[in-house]
Amino acid sequence: MAERKTQIADIDRSIYDVKNAPDAAFQTLGLNGDIIREISKEKNEPEWMLEFRLKSLDVYNQLDLPPWGPDISEVNLDNIVSYIKPKAGLSSSWEEVPEDIKNTFDRLGIPEAEKQSLAGVGAQYDSEVVYHSIQAELEKQGVVYITMEQAVRDYPELVKAHFMKCVTPREHKFAALHGAIWSGGSFVHVPEGVEVAMPLQSYFRLNAPGAGQFEHTLIILEKGSKLHFIEGCSAPKYSVINLHAGCVELFVGDGASLRYSTIENWSKNMYNLNTKKSIIGKGSKMEWVSGSFGSKVSMLYPQTVLQGDNSTMEFTGVTFAAAGQCLDTGAKAVHVGKNTSSTINTKSVSKSGGAAVFRSAVRIGEKADNSKSTVSCESLMLDNISRSDTIPAIDVHNSLVDLGHEAKIGRISEDAIFYLMSRGIKETDAKAMIVRGFAEPVAKELPLEYAVEMNNLINLEFEGAIG
Amino acid sequence: MSDILLEVSDIRASAGDKEILKGVSLIIKKGEVHVLMGPNGAGKSTFANVIMAHPGYTVTKGSIFFEGADISRESADQRARRGIFMSFQQAVEIPGITLENFIRSSKAAVTGQNQPILKFRKQLYSYMDALDMKRAYAGRYLNVGFSGGEKKKSEILQMSALEPKLAILDETDSGLDVDAVKIVSEGVKRLLDGERSVLIITHHQRILQALAPDFVHVLVGGRILMDSGASLVEKIASEGYKWLSEEALV
Repeated sequence: MAERKTQIADIDRSIYDVKNAPDAAFQTLGLNGDIIREISKEKNEPEWMLEFRLKSLDVYNQLDLPPWGPDISEVNLDNIVSYIKPKAGLSSSWEEVPEDIKNTFDRLGIPEAEKQSLAGVGAQYDSEVVYHSIQAELEKQGVVYITMEQAVRDYPELVKAHFMKCVTPREHKFAALHGAIWSGGSFVHVPEGVEVAMPLQSYFRLNAPGAGQFEHTLIILEKGSKLHFIEGCSAPKYSVINLHAGCVELFVGDGASLRYSTIENWSKNMYNLNTKKSIIGKGSKMEWVSGSFGSKVSMLYPQTVLQGDNSTMEFTGVTFAAAGQCLDTGAKAVHVGKNTSSTINTKSVSKSGGAAVFRSAVRIGEKADNSKSTVSCESLMLDNISRSDTIPAIDVHNSLVDLGHEAKIGRISEDAIFYLMSRGIKETDAKAMIVRGFAEPVAKELPLEYAVEMNNLINLEFEGAIG
Repeated sequence: MSDILLEVSDIRASAGDKEILKGVSLIIKKGEVHVLMGPNGAGKSTFANVIMAHPGYTVTKGSIFFEGADISRESADQRARRGIFMSFQQAVEIPGITLENFIRSSKAAVTGQNQPILKFRKQLYSYMDALDMKRAYAGRYLNVGFSGGEKKKSEILQMSALEPKLAILDETDSGLDVDAVKIVSEGVKRLLDGERSVLIITHHQRILQALAPDFVHVLVGGRILMDSGASLVEKIASEGYKWLSEEALV
């Protein structure tokens, strides 16, 4: 009998474990003012950005590690190569991308994905964006989609007005670190009333032992505009501890609508301490779709400040923690305006000793009359050695609110496994199927190729698993 | 080659510390329709689940052969791939997987062949039509929110699509109205082609009138107390099982 019987595409684990020999043009070890100056000089940055970096470094030195959450004491910045620039400069066409880098991307299907439906690709390779393109029609609409470095040079006023104004360096130690050594990332500006029909995609990838990744994403949606931005992360495996301290800042103007989708699949030694935050205007809509699969430790709680009246936020997330992983994820909603509404809906799966922690925080401000918030989290544990925790926090300063919270924690049902097996499906396939079904509410929110990738990641977790 | 499909020999099985089956033997030949009756708690469902290798039961003694092969140590999925099917009394609800995708995956698993989507769908729809089941159910999550009757039909639909050599129907007719029982028994009839066999576990005569069993077995207290022809069904219908237990005690 053939090995694979269910109708699931074959998985090639090597796709996710591609590794190229590190061949960096520039590397720094440890962190001090001189290194910051070097980074800034290498990037040909204006003085104001260097000053910002140095100020952030000061804040970084003042702040302590967060006193809560998973153990991140293993992260030692002195040992992390904080900045690595691949030999390639910025390429505007696929042909110009160096061969080994291209191979990595090819195996991840980037050009195919672009050909199919994506309007632009900004793929990050280590710390520098090496491939970036945007379709002509987007440019015609006046949409700017460029690297963060280019934005600093070409759109200094827009960047100065927004860069780390949403997530300030004082937010926490890793935000300050990010401010000091950020490198790479995407800048998107959508003018008033423009609806970007196709999703914009950026693909992050980390490819050097001990390399940290500190990409910055800044998206500004003017009044009445509309965008779907997709961030995908996939990294090969390494033996040294890796740190990811990226930052995503989203400014959603009045009546604008933004959907921000992410699939994160960092290698299992990565510390993913990423900060994402959005400030949204009157009558605007913010949607987050988030899948967290990789990393050793994750602390990720996308935050939305519902600043304008009648604004809404929806967060849909799935987290999958396997052996050796502690994924501390969730979402935060800050209701400032009246008649604002937030919905947080998450699913988490833990298996083979993995720990999945759901953490949510909802704050209803003094002036947020008639606000509504619903938080629901559902956890599935696949065995007795795995862990699942739910830590919801609600902070209410207004009596005219409608709040709901629902938490469900359960184990994978033996009856369900037997039911599927009695129809000829192997035990591991049956478990994968149940978990895929559990994650379906997120998968259906994703564009097709990402949904397929998410399903593949779930299947991968069950490949070769015993019992 | 022998025409014996299933041969269960002196099976003893327990759930936890409690022994439920106390030495049950049964032979089903190709093309036969068998009925297993018995009072509540006699071990009928246990027997079905043991044949299907439910991990909740421990088989302490005896053997199960299917088409001459010893399958006593095989897992449920292996047995299913040999052509054994069991319809569940309580079909499990599994969110996120559509009925259609599930049956297609199962069909691929059981046959070892990929099932082209459109071709499979066409066939599935024809089975659904025959079962008077709305096609929209194909796109719904597996048994989720199905009524009792719809769940039973979902089971028979799976059976129709998987075309097992042996179908075990565990009280599939319970809780169904007259029309539904008719539809279900028509579905089972369509499966019977002279080669395939059915083991029906039931309390009711209705489905048996439609399916005309070749053999009736009565299970009481973990033992088969009587094997007989179809006439036994009527005696049980009028007198219950009590006389059997008394006979057994003598």
